Amino acid sequence: MASSYSAKEEDGHHSGSAGLGGAAIRTRKPDNTAFKQQRLPAWQPILTAGTVLPAFFVIGLIFIPIGIGLYVTSNNIKEIEIDYTGTDMSSPCFNCSQSFSWNSTTPCKCILSFSLDQPFESNVFMYYGLSNFYQNHRRYVKSRDDSQLNGDERSLKEPSKECEPYRVNVKPIAPCGAIANSMFNDTLDLFYLDPNGTKTQIPLIKKGIAWWTDKHVKFRNPPGSNLTAVFIDTAKPVNWHKPVYELDTDPDNNGFINEDFIVWMRTAALPTFRKLYRIIQKKNNQTPTLPRGNYTLEVTYNYPVRSFEGRKRMILSTISWMGGKNPFLGIAYITVGSICFFLGVVLLFIHHKYGNRNNSSDIPS
Amino acid sequence: MVRKCACRGCPNHQKQPRRRKSCGGDEKRVDSRTIYVGHRPCPDTEAFIPSKFCDNRIVSSKYTVWNFLPKNLFEQFRRIANFYFLIIFLVQVIVDTPTSPVTSGLPLFFVITVTAIKQGYEDWLRHKADYEVNKYPVTVLEDGRSVKKESEKIKVGDVVEVVEDETFPCDLILLQSSREDGTCFVTTASLDGESNHKTHYTVPDTEKDLQSLYATIECEQPQPDLYKFVGRMHIYKPEQEPAVRSLGPENLLLKGATLKNTKKINGVAVYTGMETKMALNYQGKSQKRSAVEKSINAFLLVYLCILISKAVVCTTLKYIWQSKDGQDEPWYNQKTQKEKDTNMYLKMFTDFLSFMVLFNFIIPVSMYVTVEMQKFLGSFFITWDKDFFDPEIQEGALVNTSDLNEELGQVEYVFTDKTGTLTQNNMEFIECCIDGFQYKHRDELDGFTVTDGPVSKLQQRAGQEKEELFLRALCLCHTVQVKEDGAEETPRDQVDGIDGMFPQPEEERGFIASSPDEIALVKGAMRYGFTFLGLESKCMKIKNRQNDVEEYKLLHVLNFDPVRRRMSVIVQTRSGETLLFCKGADSSIFPRVKPEEVERIRLHVERNATEGYRTLCVAYKQLSAEEYAMADTGLREARLALQDREEKLMAMYNQVETGMSLIGATAVEDRLQEEAAETMEALQGAGMKIWVLTGDKMETAKSTCYACRLFQRGTELLELTVRTLDDERLKREEKLIELLRDYHRRAVQDAPPVKAGVTRSWSKANQEYGFIIDGATLSLLMNPPRDADATLYRSLFLQICQNCTAVLCCRMAPLQKAQIVKMVKNSKGSPITLSIGDGANDVSMILEAHVGIGIKGKEGRQAVRNSDYAIPKLKHLKKLLLAHGHLYYVRIAHLVQYFFYKNLCFILPQFLYQFFCGYSQQPLYDAAYLTMYNICFTSMPILAYSLLEQHISIEILLVNASLYREIAKNAMLRWRPFLYWTVLGLFQGLLFFFGVRFLFSNPALQDNGQVFGNWSYGTIVFTVLVFTVTLKLALDTRHWTWINHFVIWGSLAFYVFFSFFWGGIIWPFLKQQRLYFVFANMLSSVSAWLVIIILILLSLLPEILLVVLRKPRGPHSRQKKPGQSNVVGSQSSQSSARPLLMRTFSDESNSVK
Repeated sequence: MASSYSAKEEDGHHSGSAGLGGAAIRTRKPDNTAFKQQRLPAWQPILTAGTVLPAFFVIGLIFIPIGIGLYVTSNNIKEIEIDYTGTDMSSPCFNCSQSFSWNSTTPCKCILSFSLDQPFESNVFMYYGLSNFYQNHRRYVKSRDDSQLNGDERSLKEPSKECEPYRVNVKPIAPCGAIANSMFNDTLDLFYLDPNGTKTQIPLIKKGIAWWTDKHVKFRNPPGSNLTAVFIDTAKPVNWHKPVYELDTDPDNNGFINEDFIVWMRTAALPTFRKLYRIIQKKNNQTPTLPRGNYTLEVTYNYPVRSFEGRKRMILSTISWMGGKNPFLGIAYITVGSICFFLGVVLLFIHHKYGNRNNSSDIPS
Repeated sequence: MVRKCACRGCPNHQKQPRRRKSCGGDEKRVDSRTIYVGHRPCPDTEAFIPSKFCDNRIVSSKYTVWNFLPKNLFEQFRRIANFYFLIIFLVQVIVDTPTSPVTSGLPLFFVITVTAIKQGYEDWLRHKADYEVNKYPVTVLEDGRSVKKESEKIKVGDVVEVVEDETFPCDLILLQSSREDGTCFVTTASLDGESNHKTHYTVPDTEKDLQSLYATIECEQPQPDLYKFVGRMHIYKPEQEPAVRSLGPENLLLKGATLKNTKKINGVAVYTGMETKMALNYQGKSQKRSAVEKSINAFLLVYLCILISKAVVCTTLKYIWQSKDGQDEPWYNQKTQKEKDTNMYLKMFTDFLSFMVLFNFIIPVSMYVTVEMQKFLGSFFITWDKDFFDPEIQEGALVNTSDLNEELGQVEYVFTDKTGTLTQNNMEFIECCIDGFQYKHRDELDGFTVTDGPVSKLQQRAGQEKEELFLRALCLCHTVQVKEDGAEETPRDQVDGIDGMFPQPEEERGFIASSPDEIALVKGAMRYGFTFLGLESKCMKIKNRQNDVEEYKLLHVLNFDPVRRRMSVIVQTRSGETLLFCKGADSSIFPRVKPEEVERIRLHVERNATEGYRTLCVAYKQLSAEEYAMADTGLREARLALQDREEKLMAMYNQVETGMSLIGATAVEDRLQEEAAETMEALQGAGMKIWVLTGDKMETAKSTCYACRLFQRGTELLELTVRTLDDERLKREEKLIELLRDYHRRAVQDAPPVKAGVTRSWSKANQEYGFIIDGATLSLLMNPPRDADATLYRSLFLQICQNCTAVLCCRMAPLQKAQIVKMVKNSKGSPITLSIGDGANDVSMILEAHVGIGIKGKEGRQAVRNSDYAIPKLKHLKKLLLAHGHLYYVRIAHLVQYFFYKNLCFILPQFLYQFFCGYSQQPLYDAAYLTMYNICFTSMPILAYSLLEQHISIEILLVNASLYREIAKNAMLRWRPFLYWTVLGLFQGLLFFFGVRFLFSNPALQDNGQVFGNWSYGTIVFTVLVFTVTLKLALDTRHWTWINHFVIWGSLAFYVFFSFFWGGIIWPFLKQQRLYFVFANMLSSVSAWLVIIILILLSLLPEILLVVLRKPRGPHSRQKKPGQSNVVGSQSSQSSARPLLMRTFSDESNSVK
């Protein structure tokens, strides 16, 4: 970038001596300071074809490799999506989806089998995905009480008005609000079918799926050693089967600090979204986390989506340094890099063809 | 400013602040008031009723402690913008809207508070000033004793004593002065800025002992004109007819003026408190609005339409979307009972309002604040500019209004006065003509004159008698005063400085006069041996050639006024002869003298006029005793008249000034202002059309125009004057239309359409036209006998003028000047007009034009007071327009466009998000970001830019005047650039939203597989937004001072810091901790970084490309062009030393090489 540095302060120095001499007579003469005379030294960058050209090439040269890297990384991520909504007659979950009722006490189970063509080498992350579910609807987003979730006892007894109509059900509801009330409660279990016929359950880790700060600062259980006692004066959310203090047996993952709950409480940006459900940790370096072969997914079908034409998916995905699989960034970088490079070439051409002539034509006048 | 009258018992005053405020009780609501001097009842008047007048309290403050809040709030919310935001705020409070009322309430509160604090502070200062004035101790004479009182306790009728260097506490009629001749000197510097001493006179023949003075004063009700006062004093003496004395402005001492050179005076209060002329003059001037503001309003309308259509689209789509099964109220998102019960149409309406609120940020509150701040702060650069400082008057430029800064960059028509503006109003006596013989007196330096030598030679030319009569006339016929020895050296004395040329320094005397012509004439007479010694108690003393002192009794002064264009004195010689001397413009003298005398002199007068001198003719007449007696009574009666005094005086003057005999003429040179020609040339080069409006005669004005290079030798002059209209065959109207048609054909139809007139091209390809019109013809043109012709005449006239490089309008009355300005102002395309003048006769045109510039000249300060900007010299106009005006315009235009742009790409993603959240008015950004975006994150860089930017450096702007044309006709705020910025905003908004949208097709963006929610989405978009709009401004900045660096990088750093801070703590006062660690988590994701970088780059790419592909503009590319004008510039500076006439032609040939 060509620039000219104009230091126009040469007459700024006189002001001192002039001030001394003229001090006796109070004069209304304006101060001769660089600022007041609009003569502050200034850097005056000029963008010309010549200065921008290298920048374009540099951007092109940096972005294209980054883009390729991103694209390759994204492509290397292994991801499998299984829709288990059960809208098709052929789907194993068809019955469950059709016969859903809030009151049924016996859970409806369905089993889906799938196979992996390639082994999933590193840690595998298990997501559930919902479609056409407006977690970002305004009425929904605000229907929560963060101070209740932070363990405030007053809010426990007197939940925020924002929680209406999921605020009081005879007793105050904890956790209150539409978000908590509609918490995803399907249970997903994964089994590996050995070629020899044995069916082994794959251990799913349910910790580490929520933001650390959420789990440790933002969400707090109300004070008290016994959660059951703490929540005694509250009602469970209407659509829940179990009260909040029975979400998990592990006291570190129970009540408001249950990670499934915390993940659900972070409202998604778009109506089609996925949320982290479980993590499958890599056991050792020899065997892949999920080897090639057949698997079954056992779903405890509790969550109705048919009424709003939603879909439910289970997603298994590995993760890279850039997150989940998404070719967008790679493509974007390659495109922008190529555009810059191309523009660089065009500009170079223009610069060569017209730039010099312009310069020479100016001189004789 | 609405001012409140302090008087109690007259509550109706507040309703008519501009009308006359009469406090004299309701029954006395007449045109005059009666004042009892010293509250002493007078014998033959009806019963003494002490009438109620204002007390002498000055209340300039607007508010009291109690009414400040309601009154100030009321006034602030009367502004449309504030009111709009108040409505939005109220909607947010009442209706369930997506953003909390805080988001719009806080900025509004901020704006209102800042304004209120500023106004409160100003009002407090006024309170303080009022208190000081009101509690000032004054001495009042009561029953022969002096009583100390507080100023506010003075009542009308009190006799007040004022000592030297004190200011008058109220308007007083001067009764007694410590000076023997019954005069006193005052300066009115604080009233009208004129720092010269003015003489005021006591009421003639009042008692020496004020104790025994029984008198009433009858005078008009208070009116704001400082220079008008009409009154009458009845003096009652025991066993005598009451004597009547006329009172005029010379008897009235104004509150605010200061007593000088006089030990002590006594006066009776006639107007007090809010009725004093000073207080009445405080009323603010009418507001002028700039063209930029009109553009802003137009853009606002567009944005309002966008806003409403967005809201309508969203509302409609919402209801279409909801009509699908299961969408409106899925099981997971039930409505509350209240929502279910609400009427469907009401709900639609509230939804519409909610969308309005959600998108209302597209019209930002802060823009108004920033524009105001920019204007206010920006105007300081004009006052600070040391190039505007004039060492002679020790003053710089003055900014009376900051609303019009950018208008200085848009001027298309410049209307300039001649005397004092183009010329210096620094008169020098050049020659005179006595009885047809020419007398010259020139400096050897010029080497130009065929000098007629020393005075002794004169005798051979004209009769000695005639000659001495003429010189006596010069010595007597004026209102000049001799400066007292030891009088304070005022800057005004510089008027006298010119006589440094005279070889006899001992004869150097200080003269004070209202017009520099008079001084020049008195000095001219001095050179020929007649010295004016001064006026003492109505007696003028003259030292004649024989060094004898002659004394003349001054009987009457028939004052000068611009309509009569002459003045006269009536004096009595020692021998008892009564003489009337009259001097004035030739046109006003010639009809009043014997025709046979005219011819001999007319020749000289016309020749002098063509040479650019100001000519005056001198005539005299001997009055017989009867004639004088008649004139005397007539004048006295007219002076005493309370009604129509002006008209009566005028009639009387005309009656007296007849049948005179012409004795000679004088020629006075009025030198051109420094760099007048260069300035005019630069302004023309900048595409401005210059009209010279002058009261002077055509020949003089024409030669000035040549000297200023407004007309050049090649210029074809189209004349439309009384002379050209004189035709044997045709009536004047017919001739007028014929000429108009002819000129129109020549100047408009035959000229090549585009370049004609506008460009002063260096080549001689185009014929240039100059147009000359005089006052009489103009009035014929404006008010033709048949009304139907008026529009035709005007349009022809305007079209001709638009194709002329310069237009000269001579013999203009002040009102005609304003008429012309108005006509041009309202013509097609409503061009921006600028008037520049220095005298009271220019006030009307200064007020009429879009921008009024006053020159701090010698003719008082009225022009300066009524102007929007005041500069010491004409040459400063060049920098004011070409540099300051240009920069201000570019700055504010960029500011306005940038504000609309940045709010468009701010709100567009929020609008697009509605399509993805079920049209539920879910905001994309957190409330804090919504609020802070315009206040903190993006406001400072643009403010700094709009104060400091110099896209082209000042030096280049000054050298290369044609750069001014690039921004002519509001070029940066027309629809095309607006469209460009809007498209840019749309493009970037779309890019921000969809870029992040595609990223979020898989929200697992962290390397631990965790997902981002909607607030992360908004934060990423917002981060890209803040960085992009700031960097966009950085790209536009051509002038990076440390301040720019500081605010641009500082704003970005502040944004990052704030986001961390805001998300780093669980704020107890917030209902929702939406942003808790969202920003930090975003930064921990590589993908977020990558997307932010690429989106910023991609949105700036078209901008960079455009900048590169556009013609390079910057210091480098400009350095070649100015060469040409540099050459001319150096030539002309050397040439200005040469005499005027030579300069005119020699330089002309140079510049049209």
